[in-house]
Amino acid sequence: MKVFDGLQFRRGTSPIHRLDPRTKFVMSCLIFIQAFMFTEFFYLIVLFLAQLPLVALAQVHRQWTRSLRGGLLLILLIFFTNLIVGVVSNDFQLTSDALTYSTAMSLRFVVLMTSFSLFFLTTSPDDLGLALEQSHIPYEFCFAFTTAVRFVPVLAREAQTIMDAQRSRGLELEKGGFMKRIRNYIPILIPLIVSAIRRSLELAEAMETRAFGATKHRTSLHTLQIEGRDVITLALCVVVLAFTIYTRLYLPIPDIRIPVPAT
Amino acid sequence: MASIIDVKDLSYTYPNFAEPTLRGVSLTIPRGDFVLLTGPSGCGKTTLCRCLIGLIPHFYGGALTGDVVVANLSVKDHSISELAQHVGFVFQNPENQLFALSVEKDVAFGLENLAKSRAEIRKNVDWALDLMGIGGLRDAAPFELSGGQKQRVAVASVLAMKPDVMVLDEPTSFLDPVTAKRLFDVIKNLNDELGLTVVLVEHRLSLLSAYVKRIIVMDEGQVRLDGAPLDVLMAKEARALGIGIPQIMQLHQSLVEDKVRLDKPATSVDEFAAMIRSLLQR
Amino acid sequence: MIEVDQVSYTYPAGTQALQDISVTIPEGDFVAIMGENGAGKTTLIKHFNGILKPERGRVRVDGVDTKDASVAELSRTIGLVFQNPDHQLFSETVEEEIAFGLRNFGFPEDEVAQRIDWTLRLLNLTQYRQTSPFLLSGGERKRVALATVLAWNPKTLVIDEPTIGQDYRQKERLRQFFAELRGQGRTVVFVTHDVEFVADCDPRVLLMYRGQILADGSAQQVLTNPEITAKASILLPQIAQLFHQLQDLGFPHEVLTVQEAKGLLEPVLPRGEAHEGL
Repeated sequence: MKVFDGLQFRRGTSPIHRLDPRTKFVMSCLIFIQAFMFTEFFYLIVLFLAQLPLVALAQVHRQWTRSLRGGLLLILLIFFTNLIVGVVSNDFQLTSDALTYSTAMSLRFVVLMTSFSLFFLTTSPDDLGLALEQSHIPYEFCFAFTTAVRFVPVLAREAQTIMDAQRSRGLELEKGGFMKRIRNYIPILIPLIVSAIRRSLELAEAMETRAFGATKHRTSLHTLQIEGRDVITLALCVVVLAFTIYTRLYLPIPDIRIPVPAT
Repeated sequence: MASIIDVKDLSYTYPNFAEPTLRGVSLTIPRGDFVLLTGPSGCGKTTLCRCLIGLIPHFYGGALTGDVVVANLSVKDHSISELAQHVGFVFQNPENQLFALSVEKDVAFGLENLAKSRAEIRKNVDWALDLMGIGGLRDAAPFELSGGQKQRVAVASVLAMKPDVMVLDEPTSFLDPVTAKRLFDVIKNLNDELGLTVVLVEHRLSLLSAYVKRIIVMDEGQVRLDGAPLDVLMAKEARALGIGIPQIMQLHQSLVEDKVRLDKPATSVDEFAAMIRSLLQR
Repeated sequence: MIEVDQVSYTYPAGTQALQDISVTIPEGDFVAIMGENGAGKTTLIKHFNGILKPERGRVRVDGVDTKDASVAELSRTIGLVFQNPDHQLFSETVEEEIAFGLRNFGFPEDEVAQRIDWTLRLLNLTQYRQTSPFLLSGGERKRVALATVLAWNPKTLVIDEPTIGQDYRQKERLRQFFAELRGQGRTVVFVTHDVEFVADCDPRVLLMYRGQILADGSAQQVLTNPEITAKASILLPQIAQLFHQLQDLGFPHEVLTVQEAKGLLEPVLPRGEAHEGL
């Protein structure tokens, strides 16, 4: 599950952490769009290299490398799938084109992963919830979102405890054929579901006693403010997008290729 | 003395239950009282508490007869949201009453729901965090907190709404005795300093007999004993009701039964020890 | 027999739960494991049936190293009852729930039926045989959880926090039940916070603190020692507190129960009519 390391929020005070989540969302979208505007190797390298200082600035390089390691399987899958297609459609000959293209596609995947990673690593689920609220999404959904996130570690712990308890009654999760293994998970799923239902009822009770739903428009202790740094970053994003479009339409792209290894 | 809670002839049956859980309960709780509500499992103490905040009848449904008036509001006629501004409820499970991803947001939750101004929320939140001694945990996430800390956050989030009464339903079930005692110390302080009326449901009689002003013992849906801690715990009926009489009171009763001459019974070990000491020195 | 030999264990998240612990629990022993939350009590008992394997050191059950056996194999002799029965219950009837463990361990169907009868009787659950466990009260669900483990007749029973949320009468019944189990020749180990319950049971007490064993002795020795109990964040039972305060008057201080206290105080106190009291 190392790939998920790239999605877990870590507290921090880096400039990226301090940006409004909506700004960061726009940044991630920008990178996303740019990644799909190009299939040329040169640009994807540029894009990839451009993200590295952002990762360093956010001080999340360790988590990011961990998630890369976790996603290695997928990266290689993309690489080899594209390579095989490229080779097959070329009379089974390994060409520089195919190699370059496959590498470019893998790189694109890394770029996409990084853009998401950057967003989730530097945005607390709390702020995310606030961003949703302030984007005029109905409060019930925002609340459901943050509560769900809040209970993820609790459910994970509970699932582990349930597994331990059932294993102590002789349940062997690793044994048996495919069908048996699926059936073995029933004694894990049912207590988990029942517990989740019980928990929801208790939460609902508690919410009522804290006057949930008392007023149509609830207020909030914290609000997200778009600050100077957000405005600057957003302006930069617009400039970059404009430049990218210009490049795509008018500028010639350097043709960098990966040579076929000499046999 | 103005009574903040007035229960008259309360009977209640949960939906789909054959038997009533509460049978004709009547009691009055004056402002500033610190009441321990106890009794064997199934006696109706939790049900009674639910009636005080309006969870019964509004959340649980069922058939309620009689009157429950809290802070001059009849529970039957007012929503839980309205009652929540006068009665706070702290539940048994520390986990399932915290919703937000930071302590501060949790404590602010009730006030946000009531659409208070940001300035007022900030003031009340800071005050509540301070009172509970958890200012340093302001930004902590719930999974980083111990059970005792979570319960403190729960109490703070109730306090922030500035209720007249706080009802706590076995808040220390999942806590170890020392953490429990610390929580009781804080609650006693709230009762002393703020005049907050407290209704506490608990089994830990040894610990609490020296803290509370009054003990109500229920059994099978009815109030069986109601009075000062010593009167209740030393009463003959108390033993028959199957509650855990504190050891020093058991000792006192046992000695008195064998004609040993003792002074007034004690609610704390220190008092009892002092009494033994003075008796031996005579 | 459970032998814990210099065991250390750290959770993946980084908390070191056990530090170089060694303890032996011989057959037939009656042990209460106590300590504040986070002292390592639950971590320790999870080593007994192999759910957790030690990072350093060894745990042996009847001579078998837990690293060489599966949880299922070890659970056959060490029945672990978890704190929350809702983490186990999943069947349509109490009967099915009890049968689950038995079938996992490979008991033939006729024996399964017999054992279900026996366990239901032992725990007073016969009238709930066909009831859904989810419809039972909290206390009843706890009994069902206990029943599911006892059904396969493990020699050792390890119970995590059986006293939480129990009222006085329920704890009395639990104490008697423990006595019954011991009468059947079982080793009984339980984790608890409840000092008064332990004082009434009078077992061997293992007091844990920050992953180590702070004290190991009779309830009388451990629960009346104020320095040790203060360090482990345990509140002394009232009688022990009393006699600790009266030590200078010449009383022994290892006093735990009301009867003992009475026996010591009665002879020296004045007699006569009770003073105005109640």
